[in-house]
Amino acid sequence: MKQFLVFIRKEFFHVFRDRRTLLIMFGLPVAQIVLFGFALTSEVKDITLTVIDQSGDVNTQQLIRKIKSSSYFIVNETSVDYNEIEDAFKKGTAKSALIFPPNFGNDLQHGGKAQLQLLTDGSDPNTAKTVINYITAITTAYQQQISPGPRLPYTIVTESRMLYNEEGNGSLNFIPGVMALVLMIVCTALTSVSVVREKELGTMEILLVSPFKPLLVLIAKAIPYLILSLANFILILVLAVFVLDVGIKGSIVLLFLESMLFIITCLSLGLMISNTTNSQQTALLLSMMGMMIPTMIFTGFMFPLENMPKPFQIISNVIPSRWYFLIVKSVMLKGLGFSYIWKETLVLLGMTTVALTIALKNFKTRLS
Amino acid sequence: MEEKVIVCKDLTKRFGDFYAVNKISFEVNKGEIFGFLGANGAGKTTAMRILCGLSYPTSGEATVAGFNVYKQTEAIKKNIGYMSQKFSLYENLTVLENIEFFGGVYGVPSAEIRKRSDNLVQKLGLTAEAKKLVGSLPLGWKQKLAFSVAIFHQPRIVFLDEPTGGVDPVTRRQFWDMIYEAAATGITIFVTTHYMDEAEYCNRVTIMVDGKVEALDSPANLKAQFKANNMDEVFYQLARGAKRSGD
Repeated sequence: MKQFLVFIRKEFFHVFRDRRTLLIMFGLPVAQIVLFGFALTSEVKDITLTVIDQSGDVNTQQLIRKIKSSSYFIVNETSVDYNEIEDAFKKGTAKSALIFPPNFGNDLQHGGKAQLQLLTDGSDPNTAKTVINYITAITTAYQQQISPGPRLPYTIVTESRMLYNEEGNGSLNFIPGVMALVLMIVCTALTSVSVVREKELGTMEILLVSPFKPLLVLIAKAIPYLILSLANFILILVLAVFVLDVGIKGSIVLLFLESMLFIITCLSLGLMISNTTNSQQTALLLSMMGMMIPTMIFTGFMFPLENMPKPFQIISNVIPSRWYFLIVKSVMLKGLGFSYIWKETLVLLGMTTVALTIALKNFKTRLS
Repeated sequence: MEEKVIVCKDLTKRFGDFYAVNKISFEVNKGEIFGFLGANGAGKTTAMRILCGLSYPTSGEATVAGFNVYKQTEAIKKNIGYMSQKFSLYENLTVLENIEFFGGVYGVPSAEIRKRSDNLVQKLGLTAEAKKLVGSLPLGWKQKLAFSVAIFHQPRIVFLDEPTGGVDPVTRRQFWDMIYEAAATGITIFVTTHYMDEAEYCNRVTIMVDGKVEALDSPANLKAQFKANNMDEVFYQLARGAKRSGD
């Protein structure tokens, strides 16, 4: 047992003396959270809306005030001429424009019907659609407000709710994704490199000649990374809760245990890679290319799996992070219990067993 | 009758059709400095790996420190030290941390580790460097430290696989002084080398050619037998008939 502790202490020295490892380990999650949380958000906010009011009456003023008071738009009322608007779009100084024709108020008051024009930049369809939806919603609300007359005999009111995410917080989906991605990279890549490094330097031979059990070498190598990954997991959770306002709905204990299982899965993969390769570069390349890219694509947090062609959906089943992603979403965001995620848990357990078996088999054959 | 610490009889290791080690037999006495010579690919490393318990022989018998290489590899590992041609300490651990780690892995009690490492650091003149990373030391110092670490747990036999590769002549000389000192305390030294002047320092020398032991005697006797002025000539006469070369 003492030998074991001595070994683990040595592994910690390795990690803490290697700036690059530390940087990957703790810089990566912070960078990912900041990137996904603030830069790569799919929410549309503070869109500059150029307003050309050729009518300038009470109605247009009221409507413009309503648009301004919503948090989605920054209204730009500079007097751009209607004929120059296309140039503004070409130059990129305008991304969306709302044009009130002359006599807007008059038409509305007396004709009962008025038109306004909404121009959006279709080269960015996502934002364009959002702008159209927002403006439509605001004008509809305004229309109901100014026509207190008899209601239509039949009205269908759609009351929509976004379950599990009532505020429409865009961070919700990617937090589980980032957790899966970071743990995958940290555990798999760093573990595999740490074992292969000993082979490369020749120290593995010394360890194998020592009375230290070869199996224990593998376990002792994995344990520091298990501990550091758990620390990492907690770091991501803290960032998610305090920086991005993502609450944890379900049991933290369950989330912790499931994450531990996923970390062990990744460590097993790392050990498997390290026992089938002989150079740090190969190990790193395999774990980065072989793990990171499929994890990004097939986990489901960037691109919805449901929209992928069938073969890709089938491939996604062998990616461990895909299952972990589902688990975290269920527990953290939906507050579900173990009875909802036992299948995913079982899949991860199965993957761990397979990876560990392969790792151990390869390790043994190297010895004889 | 001297105590035999390594006994090999018809030891063979075959990979498919290839006999890496072909029926070698020899005995090594306690406290002896036993040189193991041979060109690259002659089978030195394979033989050494079997004796260290890293690899099982195909046939033949061998005991190391009285333990069988087939069944008692764990017991063998407890009784030997090993230093490889590649550098065998951790570069990003300090001198003391390396000593503590390897001492700990071999089960030396903590109090004993502290006492012995103090002595060792003083003896090597590394007091000022004790808390420095091993990676920052010159190669010669590293090799001397690696040897000290290999015998730190006071093994009965220490295996040295080309321990002085790339080291300057002065340091090599000092290194051999350390080997003599260790041998005087009763540790058996089993050393492979490419330097023929180092072969002269050994009590007895084995020369392997194509997986077989072609010569085994003291350097003086070998020189007389092959009518050579030095070990270099002896080696050349034997090795020139080799069919295998390279690793």
